[in-house]
Amino acid sequence: MAKKSIGPVRRAYSPWDDPEKAPFIEFRNVTKKFGDFTAVNNLSLKIYEREFFALLGGSGCGKTTLMRMLAGFETPTTGQIFLDGQDLAGIPPFKRPSNMMFQSYALFPHMSVEKNIAFGLKQDKLPASEVDARVAEMLRLTKLEQFAKRRPHQLSGGQRQRVALARSLAKRPKVLLLDEPLGALDRKLREETQFELMNIQEELKMTFLIVTHDQEEAMTVADRIAVMDKGELVQVDTPAEIYEAPNSKFVADFIGDINLIEANVTEKSEDGTKLRSVADNFTIDSDQVTDAAVGDRVWYAIRPEKVRIAQGRREKGLPNRIDGVVWDIAYLGDMSIIHSKVGDNDKDTLRATFANVSRMVENPITWDDEVVMSFDRDAGVILKG
Amino acid sequence: MTRGPTWFNITSLVAGFSFLYLPIVLLVIYSFNESRLVTVWGGFSTKWYASLLQNDQLLDAAWVTLRVAFVSATLATIIGTIAALVLVRSGRFVGRSLFSGMIFAPLVMPEVILGLSLLLLFVAMDYSRGFWTVMLAHTTFASCYVAVVVQSRLVGFDKSIEEAAEDLGCPPVKTFFLITLPIILPGVIAGWMLAFTLSLDDLVIASFTTGPGATTLPMKIYSQVRLGVTPEINAVCTILVALVTMGVIAASIATKRQQTQKERDERAAFGAEG
Repeated sequence: MAKKSIGPVRRAYSPWDDPEKAPFIEFRNVTKKFGDFTAVNNLSLKIYEREFFALLGGSGCGKTTLMRMLAGFETPTTGQIFLDGQDLAGIPPFKRPSNMMFQSYALFPHMSVEKNIAFGLKQDKLPASEVDARVAEMLRLTKLEQFAKRRPHQLSGGQRQRVALARSLAKRPKVLLLDEPLGALDRKLREETQFELMNIQEELKMTFLIVTHDQEEAMTVADRIAVMDKGELVQVDTPAEIYEAPNSKFVADFIGDINLIEANVTEKSEDGTKLRSVADNFTIDSDQVTDAAVGDRVWYAIRPEKVRIAQGRREKGLPNRIDGVVWDIAYLGDMSIIHSKVGDNDKDTLRATFANVSRMVENPITWDDEVVMSFDRDAGVILKG
Repeated sequence: MTRGPTWFNITSLVAGFSFLYLPIVLLVIYSFNESRLVTVWGGFSTKWYASLLQNDQLLDAAWVTLRVAFVSATLATIIGTIAALVLVRSGRFVGRSLFSGMIFAPLVMPEVILGLSLLLLFVAMDYSRGFWTVMLAHTTFASCYVAVVVQSRLVGFDKSIEEAAEDLGCPPVKTFFLITLPIILPGVIAGWMLAFTLSLDDLVIASFTTGPGATTLPMKIYSQVRLGVTPEINAVCTILVALVTMGVIAASIATKRQQTQKERDERAAFGAEG
């Protein structure tokens, strides 16, 4: 049997797997306190050159504070931050080799698009010819040539966003920091811009660090994602690993939709683990070797799309078979999410998605149908606590 | 709901405006009076405007007033802007509410008290009173007004614009002059104009703090009126009213133009999206 791997492999570029590789950005035991509130708690993180790295978390998780410390707008209470081998302590924002794209775009309202983009270059006292060349290049890259003479208030939201991007890229910073850059755009424009960002990052071969609360955005653009909660890193991994192999209940629940089944470990072997649901109505056979002991309470996390569902009770010999009755159906067009009751308690439901691959169905699954669900031994993960 | 004016609306409008402007209209009409008696109409004439130009005392007073107003408005704008920046920007510091309270207190303080206290200060300092004391006194109370006006402009100011400038390599002081000041400039100019106007028509504080040789126009007018109103005074007042009116009209036209331009720009921007 061929070795299975998780998710699509986007690029053959994974410096984080190379222990010899020196990190480009490093947070070393960084803590930031605002009065009694700890925004970032003893956090260490390594980000590599040319990586597109996402900090993902809910509001107040410390992701923006972490980025602002890198830009120099906040000073760590304790700990150090390194960029390209240089300790950033005591270096004011205007001397740091990073540039930031602000959530509000923060365009200079009294300057034209051109002047906005040229602002950073003029601070470096570059010769006028080079400034002009760089501005022209940025206008081309962000497709803003025809708006060069306009003021920010004469632009639409999407155009302003591109000006902000062009301005922060113009100085070719070592790191581009993006603070919720697409938050103000509508869904379609956001998706387009995400791909544009990825292309620009590849073209300029720069390190991008993005802060976002939108998991889809993080998963689309980033090479690696750091999921943050309460000032700490919960998991740092590729998008596929975060989705398919969450290391905690928090990550499993935060990213995407998931069934969390409370169960007890009943059997352990080298071949896997057997669990019995707490409601004592079904058994789960997993290929995962866990370090939980027999009798321990664990969570079995399985994504709805990994659960197969069929009508009736006739089928025999299915792995991890669970019988249920349809409780609720959410029809989303491309697929339906079917909630089935699998126990006496109202809480005992299991969600399965059903891809609507045929337009016409002779005998569709409907409310109160008896259904049978099953999943493979490697479909879910066992999480402790 | 009825649209358009009703009789009640028209009546109250006419009554209201008459109440506000009838005295001023009378003043303007009587400034063109031929007669020497202020309350008796003797035919149309502009002779009082001509004689005004011969009245060195009034012209001197006007010149003093303009100089005081210009210098004090400029100083008050600098001080008031800095105070507003501190209030809006420095976040919480010890004594912040005391500081903001003390900045705004002169707004509600009776002018007589302000004038008297300044007089006592200048006397105690044994400073000879004149142009500079009036100017300092006006700077003192006008800077409070500037602080209020500039503060309202700063409250809506997105701080990340300054952060963006610094992030792009611009040191803080340069950021203030290149980014912050141009953006809050309308507020600063409005503050300056308010300070200028306040200084122009102040009578009470100027009377307390002035000395020989520095009589301001309001003081001159007031003292002359006590000896009897001459049509000359009417002429001075008419010129003042005309100046103020032109200023107000110019300002409102400028604002209106800016507004329409902005609307047109925004329409153009959203039309171009696509």
